[in-house]
Amino acid sequence: MAIPTPPVAPLRRRTRIHEVIIQGLLFLCGLISIFVTTGIIYELSKEAYLFFGYQQWLPAHKPLVADIAPEQTLFEVGTQGPALEVGSHYRIGDEIMLLEAVDGALVQMQRGAQQTEPIAHRAGLTLSREVNPNLLEFLTGTAWEPHNGRFGILPLLNSTLIVSSIAILVALPLGLATAIYLSEYATPTARSRLKPILEILAGVPTVVYGFFALTFMTPLLRAIFGSGVVEIYNMASAGIVVGILILPFVSTVSEDALSAVPRSLREAAYGLGATRLETAIQIVLPAAFSGIAAAVILAASRAIGETMVVAIAAGAGPNFTFNPFKAAETMTGHIARISGGDLSYDSLDYNSIFAVGLMLFLMTLVLNIISQRIVRRFREVYE
Amino acid sequence: MQNSTYAIETKDLAIFYGAFQAVGNVNLEIEHHKITAIIGPSGCGKSTVLRAFNRMNELIPSVSTKGVVLFNGHNIYERDVDPVEVRRHVGMVFQKPNPFPKSIYENIAWGARINGYTGNMDELVESALRGAALWDEVHDKLDQSGTSLSGGQQQRLCIARAIAVKPDIILMDEPCSALDPIATLRIEELMYDLAREYTIIIVTHNMQQAARVSDYTAFFSLSEDGKRTGQLMEYGDTKTIFTNPGRKITEDYITGRFG
Amino acid sequence: MSQAPSKFADASLQVNRRHVSGKLWLTIFQVATLIGVVALTVLLLTILNDSFGYVAVENKVDPDSLAVNGIPLDAQDKETLMQTLRANISAGLYARFERDQPFAERDAANVYALIQEFVISPRILESWTLYDSLFIREQISETLERDFPNAELQFRNWLSWNFVRAQQSSYPEIAGVRTAILGSLWTIGIAIAFSLPVGVGAAVYLQEYAQDNQINRIIQTNINNLAGVPSIIYGMLGLAIFVRAFGLFTSGIAFGAVDPATANGRTILSAGLTLGLLVLPLIIINAQEAIKAVPNSLREASFGLGATRWETIWAHVLPNALPGILTGSILAVSRAIGETAPLIVIGASTFIQVDPSGPFSKFTTLPIQIFQWTTRPQGAYHHLAAAASLVLLVMLLTLNATAILLRNRSRRSY
Repeated sequence: MAIPTPPVAPLRRRTRIHEVIIQGLLFLCGLISIFVTTGIIYELSKEAYLFFGYQQWLPAHKPLVADIAPEQTLFEVGTQGPALEVGSHYRIGDEIMLLEAVDGALVQMQRGAQQTEPIAHRAGLTLSREVNPNLLEFLTGTAWEPHNGRFGILPLLNSTLIVSSIAILVALPLGLATAIYLSEYATPTARSRLKPILEILAGVPTVVYGFFALTFMTPLLRAIFGSGVVEIYNMASAGIVVGILILPFVSTVSEDALSAVPRSLREAAYGLGATRLETAIQIVLPAAFSGIAAAVILAASRAIGETMVVAIAAGAGPNFTFNPFKAAETMTGHIARISGGDLSYDSLDYNSIFAVGLMLFLMTLVLNIISQRIVRRFREVYE
Repeated sequence: MQNSTYAIETKDLAIFYGAFQAVGNVNLEIEHHKITAIIGPSGCGKSTVLRAFNRMNELIPSVSTKGVVLFNGHNIYERDVDPVEVRRHVGMVFQKPNPFPKSIYENIAWGARINGYTGNMDELVESALRGAALWDEVHDKLDQSGTSLSGGQQQRLCIARAIAVKPDIILMDEPCSALDPIATLRIEELMYDLAREYTIIIVTHNMQQAARVSDYTAFFSLSEDGKRTGQLMEYGDTKTIFTNPGRKITEDYITGRFG
Repeated sequence: MSQAPSKFADASLQVNRRHVSGKLWLTIFQVATLIGVVALTVLLLTILNDSFGYVAVENKVDPDSLAVNGIPLDAQDKETLMQTLRANISAGLYARFERDQPFAERDAANVYALIQEFVISPRILESWTLYDSLFIREQISETLERDFPNAELQFRNWLSWNFVRAQQSSYPEIAGVRTAILGSLWTIGIAIAFSLPVGVGAAVYLQEYAQDNQINRIIQTNINNLAGVPSIIYGMLGLAIFVRAFGLFTSGIAFGAVDPATANGRTILSAGLTLGLLVLPLIIINAQEAIKAVPNSLREASFGLGATRWETIWAHVLPNALPGILTGSILAVSRAIGETAPLIVIGASTFIQVDPSGPFSKFTTLPIQIFQWTTRPQGAYHHLAAAASLVLLVMLLTLNATAILLRNRSRRSY
């Protein structure tokens, strides 16, 4: 039987230009996320760096006792106001000086510091002291008043942590109990009714939660604990409402973690005569522990970054206090308030919120990375 | 250019998953317009070898291929060969019927269209469906989704889809494993008809099927050195392999003593 | 064989105790679950409570006296409304309105709003919540007689049709959310226009093209991390990049679209792009899931026919992933609609009476408006905030319902 063999096929590679272009464009789309991260880190760091280099002259309340000549390095100043600091820069008029020694009212200055011209000054002119934010003060100072030369982030950090802790205290037990109920007890019907409610709770915009905190939670707290104890703006109200806000998140992710525990483990426990509770608490919960831990850490990261509830309900103005019923501004609340006003670029305010923002970014990033690590390890165990 | 003697010819074909060698040392010549069956125990790399014939393996990132696969005398693994062109000439039917979730008509027309078919599409669809013995069943519902057909019809639709682009070779990877015996029979009958125009290579775990439909049979098995590398144990015309196998391992397999 | 003494305690007694503690804990779990439901209920009730209630109103002019030929004010057409307006305000004020926007261009609703604001000029002296209105009605009447003898007690629905279509105003009695709704729609529109193509593109790249190498792993990890960055940080990025660095473009100056003397980068365009960046990781992750769900057998079938990668993606992967991509994107968008913090940071203008006219307009959005009204001390503004919250929730509910419908309708079998 004669069958014609098919012709040889031309298999040569064709250059498909549009395929290459499309792939390139798609790669660029993927790369944009890298640009975003780079942009965030670059902008936050740049402005934070400018913040730490920001030169401010604050009145030192030290008038010159007598006229001084351009070359005179020893002279007398008034003694009221806070003490002078050796090693700091001071300014009179256009001239900047470096304080080398101080003895009562007598000061020894290096004249014409920072490329200024030594000039004569008349009696009565007062000294201004140079104030620079430095990292140590930023991390340990207990007052945040940038315009008064006080750059401690602790008041903002403290209230952020208090609000987030309250939120976790609310969301963790409730969220975990909800997750256990939904995953281990609830009938499919009950679950199908409850889960949408949690989804709606998760979908409510945060600004509405802020309204809720101010018009419901705060009056409730004031009614319970007395309006003398609970201020109108307070961290407790904000914290509880942030807790409700992250509750669906904790319960959903925890439930996923619980559901991922293999059935065989539960059956093994039931087979030994364990009750449902014993199985849930002693077998399933520990097996899902890392997933739940990841959920809680991620929820904490959300609580720290949550802005609107605290901006509305926690109060304006930094306040270093551990009393949750007092008003105290959080990091996010501070950024929102300062940037909400008429903010001019390159001002101290502008730079300072980026320093706070950098701190916020790093905190949430660390929490996110930890939680991702945990999740990855968790996956390896069960997949 | 001269047409070569064989449709497919492999020389020292070896396929790796990462560092693990799944198949090694395959030397095989496949005749034009014949049905060649590849049989062997599961996990011996039958499907992997089949997928090497149209470079489907490279869709799995970790797979690498060594050796030579000549298609009509051309090594399809040469640098300047386009896998897209190879697959246009070496079509494939898969284990599970996988029609596109589009209309029956579109299932067939799409492949032809991307391959630059400019003729009458209605005619092509009809002839492809007739070629796959499906026309009578679906001619009045061409706009229905391909996924609405029964399993056997879906698989014939996939065959029609493959022949619509006029390949030289059709690879069939256990095409009947998801089908009931009646649907299987129809596909086997269809394969006879198709062999007049196409070279068919079929992987099957069903030895009766191989014995029934194929002209040649290649038996693969794991190497006996414990490395679990699939190897071509014996190759020849089907009658000889099934009645008078040359090696003991082949005989053990086809008589059901292992596998 | 003698039986060894059992070391187990009395079994039935113990099982009983274990069951009791099991029931106790079940109750605790149920109560905890219920608290979530209660929280949502209370939240909604709080908003409803502030959206309706009695108000003590004092009108400068009785609206009934403004009827012309027996046609009440509400039913008058534009011409009649203009006559009414001209008859009741000074010529100078009328000329100023003409200058702001010629009457020929204004519609009836606009003229009606002017009459409300400048002629009738109702002033709300005091307002009550729905709860108070229902349960301490007598006290309200007493307060009214004692403190506001000239005022009239009205039951006010703060979430009226007028509220939805009226512009922002400094008087709570006539303020509305039209400008804010339009601002929200504009910003979201720009956010989608930017993030949907880019997000889906990135997802396609990561799922269909990317090999498992360093750079692609970095991109993937990076996207996961971006999803966890607080929204206010995106606001700061938007402020530094879109508003400031690219201010020339986002303000529209570079395109000659605006007056360079007054324009700045705090525009709808900047806001939309910022929200776009914010939802980008969510859209990418959702789209990746949708693309992952497309069975591999379809890709193989397509490649087996000699299709190229892009032909496969375009003809099979994307169409089949589309419902999932859309559902995920709608959910991401509903997150963006509710976002407030980033827009505060990039400087949404809070008091805007002019509808946004394009990407270079100053803007306010619904959440921003809620925030502004919530933070005002006067009680009347809280009612506005509540009503605006209801509008926002209805918008979100509509979106989510669409997403769910889409998800259910396009569930297909492969």
